This record gives sequence, structure tokens and C-alpha cells, in this order.
Amino acid sequence: MTATTPVDASVDPAPEGHVHEHPSDWQYAKIAILLGLLTALEVGTYFWEDIFGSEPSTAALIATLFPMMFIKFVTVAGYFMHLKYDNPIFKRIFIFGLILAVGVFVAALFAFEFWSDDYFRFLRG
Amino acid sequence: MADVTHAPAPAAAVHGHGTTTGISNAKLAMWVYLSSDCLLFGGLISTYLLLRHRSVQGLGPADVFDIPFTSVSSFVLQMSSLTMALAVAAITRGDVRRNRVWLLTTAMLGATFIGGQVYEFTTFYREGLGFTTNIFGSAFYTLTGFHGAHVVVGIVMLMSLLMMSFRGNLGPERSDAVEIVGLYWHFVDIVWILIFTIVYLIP
Repeated sequence: MTATTPVDASVDPAPEGHVHEHPSDWQYAKIAILLGLLTALEVGTYFWEDIFGSEPSTAALIATLFPMMFIKFVTVAGYFMHLKYDNPIFKRIFIFGLILAVGVFVAALFAFEFWSDDYFRFLRG
Repeated sequence: MADVTHAPAPAAAVHGHGTTTGISNAKLAMWVYLSSDCLLFGGLISTYLLLRHRSVQGLGPADVFDIPFTSVSSFVLQMSSLTMALAVAAITRGDVRRNRVWLLTTAMLGATFIGGQVYEFTTFYREGLGFTTNIFGSAFYTLTGFHGAHVVVGIVMLMSLLMMSFRGNLGPERSDAVEIVGLYWHFVDIVWILIFTIVYLIP
């Protein structure tokens, strides 16, 4: 005779935030179309001068390209890598790595640029 | 007599993760690895950004980059993320045949990207930009070369999955393996999203 413990069906058995509803194939295709369009817009900035008649400033390019890059990054991580649907611990681990990576860049920037002789020479005029 | 209840099975049981957290250990390990890989590419991208304009001789980014060509490569790699996601979805549904088709397509798109990178490197070299020509060349080849090496490793993993599938060792019960390789592949795509914008599009 087998005795099993009755399970309370009202209790959510899934681990914290572990949602299993992943996108359908068609939704994946729509996400890929969005990514393709964003890439086309990004590449369009290369032809900026042909379109607008003047060369873009680096600041204008950064302001145009970085939001598109960010949207593409978050879309791939959220939908294709399932971070939007999976256990939140994966998202935390990944964001932790990203923060460290940005920290590396900031540290290198300070070491090579702001604390360099060239920079202080620039400040002194 | 067995007392059977029909409550929903725990997610951990559904996915066969016999761990105390209910999370697949292999998947957790892959996420930890990807997190650490962020540091590797963070360091390489930082180095490139800080050094690219410090060359006093030789060719610079504006002299060698062929943006339309690299754009096509970027598009190819991005589409490989779609086919990888479809491969994961197929094996989760138990559709082994479609899983094989999408895995093979992903590997071929990855190989196309690598072919493009080899062509690009060869062209740059012929134009006079070698690894030791100047500091821009060293930083550029190191960054994009490391990324290319990641893509090659991804292709090897995809081909291994295909071999497993043809030997009958990759059914829906092992969909985790495809998902984990998929995570790696999407990460490689994500890194290229950054490299394409930061290295190629911003002068």
C-alpha cells in the first residue's frame, strides 16, 4: 500500500517567480523582426551624412545608438534567454556580472584618463 | 490503496530538477559562467575604448571598417538567436525533428558569421592593419577575436547537440541541455550587440 501526503492545491508549488509560459514561435519571430528593424535603424546612422547633409556629432550618435543598443540587449536577455520568465535568481546573477563589468570600465577610465598626466595637463590648460 | 491527489506537480518535478532550490544546477552554473564572462568582455571593451585613438601610426578605425559588410554579419548573428530560441521551443514541445533543423540552421548561421569575420580580418591585414601594427589593431583583434572564439565554441556545442540528437540521446527529457547551450549562444549575440554599436558604429 502506498501512502502519499495530500497536497494542498491552493499552494503555489512553483519556486519564487518561476513562470513557465514562454513565448510562442510566432512571438519569437516578431521579436526577431523588432531586432532586425532596430539593427537597420542603427546601420542607418552610418548614412547620416547622406540623409541629413552634415556629419553627426559623437554625442548625437551616442544619444541615438545607445537606447537602441539597450533595447536590443534587454529584448534578447528578457525573451530569448527567458530572464523575463525564469527564476529571478538568474536575472540577479546576470545583473551582478553586468554591474561588475561596468565597474571595470569605470575603474579603467579613471586610471587611464582622469588620473593620467594628460588629463591634468588638459585641466591646467 | 493509494491515496492519489491531482494537485499541480511542482515545477522542479516537471523539469526534473532534483535540487533543493528547484533550479537546474547546470543552468545555474551556466548563468554564473555568463556573469563572469561579462567581466571578460567588460575588460576587453574597456581596453578597446581607452586605446583605440592612442595609435600614433598605422591605420585607424575609419580607415578599415566596412560598416555595410559588418551590418550583414550582425544581422546573420541576430537571426541565429531566433533559430536558437526556436530550437529550444521545439525540444521543449518534444519536436525532435524541428529541433535538429533549428540547431543545424543556428550552427550554419554562426559559421557564416565566423566566415565573415575571417574575411574581415584578412582584408584588414591586407590593407596593412596587423595585430602588432598599432595599439588600435591589438585592441580590436583581441576583442573581436575573443568574441569569434566564443562563437566557434558555440558552434562546437551546437554540433555536439546535433550528434546527441541523431544518436537518440536528446529527447524532451533533456531539453535543459539545449536551453543551456541556447543561453550561451544568446549571450554571444548580446555581446555582439554591444561590440557592433560601440566598436563599429560610434567613431
